Amino acid sequence: MDKLDSAKTERAVVTAAEPPAAQNVMVLNMGPQHPSTHGVLRVILELDGETVLKADPVIGYLHTGIEKSCEAKTYSQVITLTDRIDYLAPLSNNLGYCLAIEKLIGIEVPKRAQYARVLLTELTRIASHLVWLGTHAIDLGAMSVFLYSFREREEIMKIFEYVSGQRMMTSYFRIGGLALQPPPGWLDRVRRVIDSLPGHIDQYEDLLTNNHIWIGRTRGIGILSADDAIAMGVSGPLLRASGVAYDVRRAFPYSSYDEFDFNVPTQTAGDCYARYLVRLAEIRESIRIVRQAMPKVPPEGPFRAEVPGVIPPAREEMKTSIEGLIYHFKIFTEGFAPPAGEVYQAIESPRGELGVFVVSDGSPKPYRVKFRTPSFVNLQSLPRLAVGQLIADVVACIGTTDIVLGEVDR
Amino acid sequence: MQRLKEWNAAAVADVVEFRGETTVIVPRQHLLAVAEFLAGEPSLRFSFLSDLSPVDRFPLEPRFEVNYHLLSMEKRARLRLKVRLPGKDAVVHSVTPVWPTANWHEREAFDLFGIQFSGHPDLRRILMPDDWEGYPLRKDYPTEGYR
Repeated sequence: MDKLDSAKTERAVVTAAEPPAAQNVMVLNMGPQHPSTHGVLRVILELDGETVLKADPVIGYLHTGIEKSCEAKTYSQVITLTDRIDYLAPLSNNLGYCLAIEKLIGIEVPKRAQYARVLLTELTRIASHLVWLGTHAIDLGAMSVFLYSFREREEIMKIFEYVSGQRMMTSYFRIGGLALQPPPGWLDRVRRVIDSLPGHIDQYEDLLTNNHIWIGRTRGIGILSADDAIAMGVSGPLLRASGVAYDVRRAFPYSSYDEFDFNVPTQTAGDCYARYLVRLAEIRESIRIVRQAMPKVPPEGPFRAEVPGVIPPAREEMKTSIEGLIYHFKIFTEGFAPPAGEVYQAIESPRGELGVFVVSDGSPKPYRVKFRTPSFVNLQSLPRLAVGQLIADVVACIGTTDIVLGEVDR
Repeated sequence: MQRLKEWNAAAVADVVEFRGETTVIVPRQHLLAVAEFLAGEPSLRFSFLSDLSPVDRFPLEPRFEVNYHLLSMEKRARLRLKVRLPGKDAVVHSVTPVWPTANWHEREAFDLFGIQFSGHPDLRRILMPDDWEGYPLRKDYPTEGYR
């Protein structure tokens, strides 16, 4: 209660304490077509000179009603929609949704698929952080980092394409395991990329970490305290940069994350520079996890669970056995009906806690699917970050919250 | 759970366990007090509101459910609170005094379900345009829209 009241009075003080300045308050519309809002975010700024008095994010320009669409699809069909929520981390969304449905039905996923999932979602995290780094650096005027980080991201995209056939909208995780047998030699490709990455990360750090301009634009800008971060529901690198070591992978391990050795990097400053450091450290931790996962993924073995009537039978079985054919037909025409109930499954997406809340009424279509998307909640903290800053720093604040507007609006 | 019942047995209408998740059904007049208790009680510390999701059970009554997904970072525990609201009078007290993050969640619930949150500081549409008619995630709202 105190926090909200103090926030209110703070805002009231800012406007009431300066009655002469009130005439000079300028309302500036930023976006929705602004290059540094990374999509269609609109922020209504109230300015006194160049100082931000109030920032009001306006969202919904990319609202596509994904949650409504889910209610008209079978459980398996929803997977393709999850890709499109956070288009920079489609595999994380696939994973969150599949884990929720697996929890609802009670499916045990084979270890091979679990490790492959860990490996691919960590690659997704690296790719997503690389996009963030490049676009954030270009916002603040460091053009070359953008070119480098997209070069490395492209190599990761090639792995996704090789494994699933798609660069971005992979839909590679399915309920019970993976969509396809991973192709031969995919781990060699992963190893080649992973071996080259640490050197590239060092290169970015050379360009930015001790760069005076970079530090000037980010250190002490957009400070978020740990208490505020928890009160605002902020998760992911934002929360960890404010000194709270909360990571869903560590606190509530899923998909065998408890078998991996990794650190949860934190910083205490809570400013834009701390968030930059946390994300770079996370890339290095993800590289470590991928390195551990590679020998764990067995070359042979089942890549999805066997649950007749829920998970499609192998192609061979569908063609040679009558049961396989019937199950195949039933799954692809009417779907499967999980028991009535509701589950909430959270995973650590590159942006924070991605929660999937599924309500089943016992029919083949989900009664309600809710995606608790980290971008939506993290964006809510933008006014806290931006008020009192200069207008040029609003760009840095938006950049380090790392929002994906597809995920904000769904 | 035990602590909540000891504190005020009237605030717990029912407890449901499913797939290892605990759901506490709370009568709506007790919601704010329960929220304050769970967030403030030192042995629980549910200080983080992960998510707020309404569900429309149309045509059943009470029609709406509002689910609050709480997280205690210290205790590594999750808890779901559920409040049931009748369709004719879908009003519940806002939890923004306890968890400021509920602000946007409640705006979204108002926008897509038409649930009112009394005491909310700024209850207006968030995803849909301001002049939108109807509440899209209600079950009696057609997928293609009215027009």
